[in-house]
This record gives sequence, C-alpha cells and structure tokens, in this order.
Amino acid sequence: MSARDDILGSIRKSLGRSALAGDDAAQLHQRLGRPQRNLIPDRTAGRDTAGLTALFMDKAREFACTVDEVDSFEAVPEAVRAYLSRENLPARVVQAPALADSPDGALDWSAAPTVEVKTGTSDGSEDTSVTPVFAAIAETGTLMLTSDAATPTGLNFLPENHIALVRRSQMVGPLEDAWARFRAARAKADGDGFGMPRTVNLITGPSRTGDIEQKIQMGAHGPRRLHVIIVAD
Amino acid sequence: MQSTSRQFKDNAHRALNDATLQRALGNVKTGFQEKRAQVVSELPEFEALRDAGRDIKNHVLANLDFYLERFEENVTANGGHVHWCRTPAEARETILEICRRREAKTVTKGKSMVAEEIGLNDYLEEHGVEPIETDLGEYIIQLRHEPPSHIIAPAIHVTREQIAEDFRRHHTDLDPNRRLEEPRDFTDEARAKLRERYFAADVGITGANFLIAETGSTVIVTNEGNGDMTQLLGKAHVVVASLEKIVPTLEDASTILRLLARSATGQEMSVYTSFSTGPKRDADMDGPEEFHVVLLDNGRSAMLGTEFQDMLRCIRCAACMNHCPVYAAVGGHAYGWVYPGPMGSVLTPSLIGVEEAGHLPNASTFCGRCESVCPMRIPLPKMMRHYRQREFEKGLSPQKARAGLSVWSYFATRPSLYRLATRVATGLLGRMGRGKGRFSSLPLAGGWTSVRDMPAPEGRTFHDLYKERAAAGTRS
Amino acid sequence: MAQSSSANLPTSANPTSSSDARATKAPRVGLFVTCLVDMFRPSVGFAALKLLEDAGCTVVVPAEQTCCGQPAFNSGDNKDARAVAAQVIEAFEGLDYVVAPSGSCAGMIREHYPELFADDPAMAQRAQHVAKRTYELTSFLVDVLGVTSVDAAMSGTITYHDSCSGLRELEVKTQPRRLLAGVKELTLTELPGAEVCCGFGGTFCVKYPEISDKMVTNKAEEIVATGADTLLAGDLGCLLNMAGKLKRLGAETKVRHVAEVLAGMTDTPAIGDPKAVGPKEER
Repeated sequence: MSARDDILGSIRKSLGRSALAGDDAAQLHQRLGRPQRNLIPDRTAGRDTAGLTALFMDKAREFACTVDEVDSFEAVPEAVRAYLSRENLPARVVQAPALADSPDGALDWSAAPTVEVKTGTSDGSEDTSVTPVFAAIAETGTLMLTSDAATPTGLNFLPENHIALVRRSQMVGPLEDAWARFRAARAKADGDGFGMPRTVNLITGPSRTGDIEQKIQMGAHGPRRLHVIIVAD
Repeated sequence: MQSTSRQFKDNAHRALNDATLQRALGNVKTGFQEKRAQVVSELPEFEALRDAGRDIKNHVLANLDFYLERFEENVTANGGHVHWCRTPAEARETILEICRRREAKTVTKGKSMVAEEIGLNDYLEEHGVEPIETDLGEYIIQLRHEPPSHIIAPAIHVTREQIAEDFRRHHTDLDPNRRLEEPRDFTDEARAKLRERYFAADVGITGANFLIAETGSTVIVTNEGNGDMTQLLGKAHVVVASLEKIVPTLEDASTILRLLARSATGQEMSVYTSFSTGPKRDADMDGPEEFHVVLLDNGRSAMLGTEFQDMLRCIRCAACMNHCPVYAAVGGHAYGWVYPGPMGSVLTPSLIGVEEAGHLPNASTFCGRCESVCPMRIPLPKMMRHYRQREFEKGLSPQKARAGLSVWSYFATRPSLYRLATRVATGLLGRMGRGKGRFSSLPLAGGWTSVRDMPAPEGRTFHDLYKERAAAGTRS
Repeated sequence: MAQSSSANLPTSANPTSSSDARATKAPRVGLFVTCLVDMFRPSVGFAALKLLEDAGCTVVVPAEQTCCGQPAFNSGDNKDARAVAAQVIEAFEGLDYVVAPSGSCAGMIREHYPELFADDPAMAQRAQHVAKRTYELTSFLVDVLGVTSVDAAMSGTITYHDSCSGLRELEVKTQPRRLLAGVKELTLTELPGAEVCCGFGGTFCVKYPEISDKMVTNKAEEIVATGADTLLAGDLGCLLNMAGKLKRLGAETKVRHVAEVLAGMTDTPAIGDPKAVGPKEER
C-alpha cells in the first residue's frame, strides 16, 4: 500500500469508520465551499472608516510601526521624501511595479525629485521599499499584502525599511473582513471559488526577535522599520 | 533524535546544578508569562475564542482524512506536491530526494519542530547537503550543536556571554575584538551572516503552523521574517508538517491565530503570518519554482480515537511550558527529546513510547497551570495521568512505589485497621518530634527530608480526639 | 477543568431527599477530615468543625473515612483508587454536603470520582451524587452558606499561597481572602507568584525531590520576601512542604492552615514549631 493509503487507512481505523460519503461528505464540502466566520471580537464592531483608521493607527504604533496620513495619492512621494529625510535614510527607494503603472494611477515622483526611484523587486541591496497593500486590518494594526506580478514579495522582506501605502478604503475591522474582500477580488470568472496568489503576507510591525535572552530587538531578518502612509481616497 | 528521556532524573540533576542555565531560565517569567497575561486581559473574548479554537480542532480531528484529501487536491491544483510520509525515515528520504534533484549544496531552514522530530539536519549533513538554520535562536543552537530547549524560543537556555563565544568561534572572518555585548550586536551580526546564506540556498525548508484544506495553503507564523526569506529565496520550497496541522478554512485559521501569538509570546499577532500556496506563478518576479509539502504521520493517526486524541489539538504555542514550574526548574533539555514541558510530557510518550519516556508524565505535580493557559484547552494533566495508568498496568512503574501503594491501599480500605496504624504512627512521631516540632531526617522519608524538614504531627489523630470529645459530650 | 463554582450549587440549603418544607433546617455536613489532617494536624479538623458549626451546620464525621484515594489515582493505580473512593462514597452519600479542609481532596471527590467510575454506571451515578455536594471548606462557607465574616482575631501580617487543586479545579481564590478580611488585627500582604505550585504534588515531592526542592525553595524565598509573619494556605500537604522548607532555611515565618486563623484557634504551635514555644507565638 502507498504511504498515502496507509495513513488515510490508519486515520479511518482509529476513527472507527470508512471514508466519508453521502451527506457526511456533502456537509463538509459545504463547510469548505461557504466558509463561515467563527467568533469575532467586538473590538472593531460598529466603527466607520474613520474609527477603523484611528484604531489601526493606534495598534500599528503599539506594534512599533510609524504612521503618517496624507490627503491624496499625489501627496505620497513628498511624504516618502520627508520620512526618509526625517529618519536620516538615503533618498532611494525601490517601488512595487503596481505603483509605477496601475489602473488606480501611478505615483508621480516628480513631486519629490531628490528621491531616486527604482521599480521592481528587491535583490537585498535596497535601503527602502515602497509597496501598496491589499488591506489594512484595524483589529491588530496588521497589513495584508498579496504576491503578484506587480507586487513582488521580496519588497516586503529584503530592504532595511518598508513603506506601505494604505488607502483608507482598504481599511477593514477584523481579519475576516479582509478575507471577504480577498475572496471577492479574486473570484474566478466561472464563479467556482477564488484563486490564491503564491503568498499572502499578514504583517504586523517590523521584524523582531526575542532570541537573545528574551530581549526584544527590531530588524532580525526583515525590515527594521515599517512605515505606513495612510492615503485618503 | 536519540531520546535521553530515560535519564530524566540525571538530566534534571545536571540542569538544577547548572548556574548558567538557571540564570537563563529566569527570563521565562518576564519574557512570556507577564506578556501573555497582559495581552489576554485586553481581549474580553479570549475565553470564548479558546472554546472556538478547541471546537475547530475537534471537528478537524473527527474528519481528518477528509480534510487532508481536500488539502492535497488544492495543493496539487496550485502546482504543488504533497508527499505522504508514515515515518521520520520516509520524510527524511523524501526531502533528501528533492534536494538531490535540485542538486542542492545548501538548504536554508525556518524553525520547524517536525524537522527536529525527524532528525533532518543530521541526515542532510550525512548526505552532503548543508542545512542552515535561519531563526536566530535555531542558528545559535546549531552553532552549539544542541537541540532546541523550547519549542518557540529554542535558545532560551543560552546566555549572551555564551552566544558571544559561539559567534567568535564561528564568524572568524570578523574582527576578533568586535563588541558582542548588547542583544543588538548579536542580532546585527547574525542578520548579516544569514543574508549571504539565503541567496546562496538551493532549497528552503520551513515548517507550518497551519495547513489550510480549502486553499491548499501552508501557513508559517514568525517574528523575524526568516521563514519568509527562506521560502522566497530558495529555488524550491519544502514544507514539512505533521498531519494534525490542518484546518478547514482561512476563517478557521484566523480564529486560531487570535489565540496563537497571545498564548505564545504575548503578542496580539506575530509580525509575519504568511500563507503560501504553490510555487511562483508565471508572471511573478520572485518566489520558488517548486512547492512541496511533506506530510508526516509518525504515530499521530494512531492517537486518534484514544484518550490522547486531544493532544492533536496542540498548536505549539508553548504556553504550557512557559507556565510550568517543572520546566522553569529544569529547562527543556532535561526532558530528553524534541518536545519539552507539559505538551512534551504527553506527546513524547505518544510518539516514542511510554517505555522510553515514562518519566515525563510522572514529573508533574498536576498543578494544572498548563491546562489553565492552553489555548486549545488540552487536558494535559489528565493525559499525563492516563500515561501513569498505562505504566502501572504494564508494570512499568517502580517496584518500590507499587509495593508502597499496595500496603497503603490495604490499610486505606480497612478503616479500623487504618485507625490503629495511624494512631501508632502518629503517637510515635508526635512524641519523637515534640521537642523540635520537626524532623531533619526520618527513616523511609529520605525523599522528603533530603531537601526539607518534616513537621512533626501534633501527637494524636483527629479521629481519636474526635471520638474522645464526642464521648465526653463536649463541642470542639 | 474547574466548573464555575456557582454552576452546580443547589438552590436550597438542603438539596437531598428531605422535603423543601424543612429547607431551613440545619444542613447535615459530612466533614472529610483528610488523611494528612487526621495524622499531622487534628487542630485543622477541629477548626473546620467549629467554622461549620458556627455557620449553623450539623456536622457529622463518618468513621469509615481514611483517604480520598489520590495517592493511588495519581500513581495510575485506578483499581485501588476506586476501592478507596467507593468507601468514601458509601460513607458520605447520605449527607447533604461533604466538606474538606483541602482543595486537593475536595477536588479529587468533586472532579475525579465520577470519571473513576466511568465504566460502572451505577457507581458513576453515586459518585456524581457525592461529587456535586462536595466543597472545599472556605468555598463552602462563602459560596454555599453565604458566610461573610468570622469571629476571630489575630494580630500580624499574613501572606497566602493558593494551592493548585483548589485554585484551578474548584476556583478557590477569593473565598479565603474574603473571610480573612474579617479577622481582626490581621493584614494580608499578597504573595507574588501565589498561584505557582509549591512543589508538593503528592508523591512528586519524594519521587523528584531535587525538582521539588527547587520549586519550594523559590516559594520559600518569595514568602520570606513578603515580610509576613505567617503563611497561610488551605491544603495541609502544601503547608507541610512549605513549612518544612522554611524551617530548613531557618526562616522565622510561621505556617498555619487558613481554617485555624478563621476559627480563632491559633493557640497551638504553628506547623513545624516545637510544643515548648507555647500558645502565643505572635511577637
């Protein structure tokens, strides 16, 4: 017997039944096909976008992010320049291709001419990346980023600093709301479920470790700084 | 990994007399207990979430075959491969085979307890593939040639002075007089060293905190980002996971995520929670070309349907060991195998046999603190007691203890004889101990008096005194 | 695990077969003395007796009791544990309540007796009947009888250790403190780590003496650091362990069972103290 059959057989033997069929299997298929939410904490209940944004900002700061707000997408390059200057970081960024060419509009860096901008993924040599996010989860100050041709994952991990752009319309309460948007945005054309990207990253603050005598240090392997710019839209 | 669980007592003795280890263990309380208590107090729904988490896992275990098959279908549909492995040997061979096919010289590894369970590093090394641990704690103990002593803080037993020595010994290309004092110094040095390795690695191996049936995703939860870089930069991503890690949906994983980081490190969320599904897509600019899931059974399927099934709810948060006074006293290595602390005291005999690991379920006071913090509400003391029962039934418990118990039960089930015996013993001890009020040594009680005095009895038994007073018609 | 302490409370003071019309009649309480109190410290038994009688109970002390069976149960010897448990059930099942000056023994009866007889429905039912009526002393006084104060005085500072079984199986935490708050001239200084095991653990302390020693040494050091004159707890096993260690370390801290203080019966020598010290050990 193959290891697969052996293992499945052993499971069924221990559970004292054969493979599920009929109604039993149908119920489980339904549970998978129409995922239900379990208990969701009240923390974000009843908050509008402004309320969610305020909570997100509190939480993100609590978990060692820095947060800025700008009025428009056009104001982002200047906010990036100001952040780099404030933190004494080199005026160089690598931006996600999605920010260079996007149906929602590209970043116009002419507003921040001193910033040197490269587009693509990271080879580990860049100081700072600028990326969009898929959603921002107010409950825990968490960013959701998905991998794609225009949003390579390397930007989330390899540079020393990561600047994430969050549109206010991307703000959700609990993680489950982010999944709901995710499922809708990635629904297959034939209506049969949704497609997963290679990676979904939930990111809550900059990289850290407590492995040296349980003392928390930022920047273990991933970015040392995570800066969030919230864009009104 | 070869177990030394049979030598638990010797291991514990060494640990208790290791001043450096004792100093390192002092960090557990502030590092974990206080942070957990704080973050739990900030989530009113925490107890209800524990119920929800338990229910999800119970549902999964009752339908494990179904969800594993769905998981496999979805991994395959997304271009990945699932390898079913009954034993550690099958898992090791499968992984080596993938490495060989990729002609791998080095593999980077994210922290994985299952990789420890199957003894992966030694095996790969023996076969000419160099494994490089990337989690800072794992990296440190790999340099020291030690197993982890904790499931989420593998180097918790090491002090910074020891790490400084290790780094100087291994990073010989760096200035020998560089400063290695502050935690920052170590983190920066390891970051730079490991950067080189990520890019050079042919294969990246990670564990998984969850496997998601609905999507065929594997999920890792880290704070450092090492697991993400391991899987992003290796040309193939191999996930090694035991089969009980499965959950049905993204929503189910989300519920348990609310419990995991809070219970583990006292964070609301760990920094990185990453869902990996298949290899790099055609248009992607980065990511691995292959995606493999090595699914390990190693005795778990046989735990289903037994009194140890609940143990398969474990999400490896380490709250049990972080709150265990025995773990705090002896550290993780004393337990002698991969999984220490209360969860190890149940899982280890389940996986390697109670004959081998019989000490572990006995080395507990049943104080119940582990169960009280377990996010999955696993009744750990109860299961340790089940193991004691098995040992007793199989005649594995020490002869002296069995003899003592049979004498005790002979008297305990004969109240009048018991009265007589206790009257004599109490009277004797009471008279002997009256002067000092305590004994500093006592025949047959060496286990007690070797470390503490034995307070003397007052001199008469309650039942004798009560009978006497009742006869005299007086009240207390 | 522990059930909410109010979940299983009988709605009247007299939950058994006697008619509701006699609900105001004094409840008949069986005192489960515990083997350690019987042998080592009968004073605790008499203190419990006094507290229960002062609270209006008719207290019965069944002669057919020895031990609750934990030594066997926790050693995996369920056969002997069942034999002892059956004897306890037999001795106490006719009473309204079973009360023990010990969270550990009360926890054994309440939480584990029914599970011991899982394969024997008739005995399981009897075990359940007794289990539902079994309480740790301070929890019984506060949660069942509604006692809010006791008539006792003791000058000095005490600290309190929460014994594990009482705390986690029976949720005994606030009850002793609420009663102690009513003891005149007494100040409570909380013990850091009060909820951490002292290292007793029944046979654990003699099977693994070195580990037990480490645990009780930590505990003793924390107790001494509070500066309290007296350590109290609700379980004699833990008290013997902690008193033994404090004595070995040469600490001055007195050790007593909480019932002794609540009953105002502190004229006996503290645990591990010689008789010669005499009745008044307060400074």
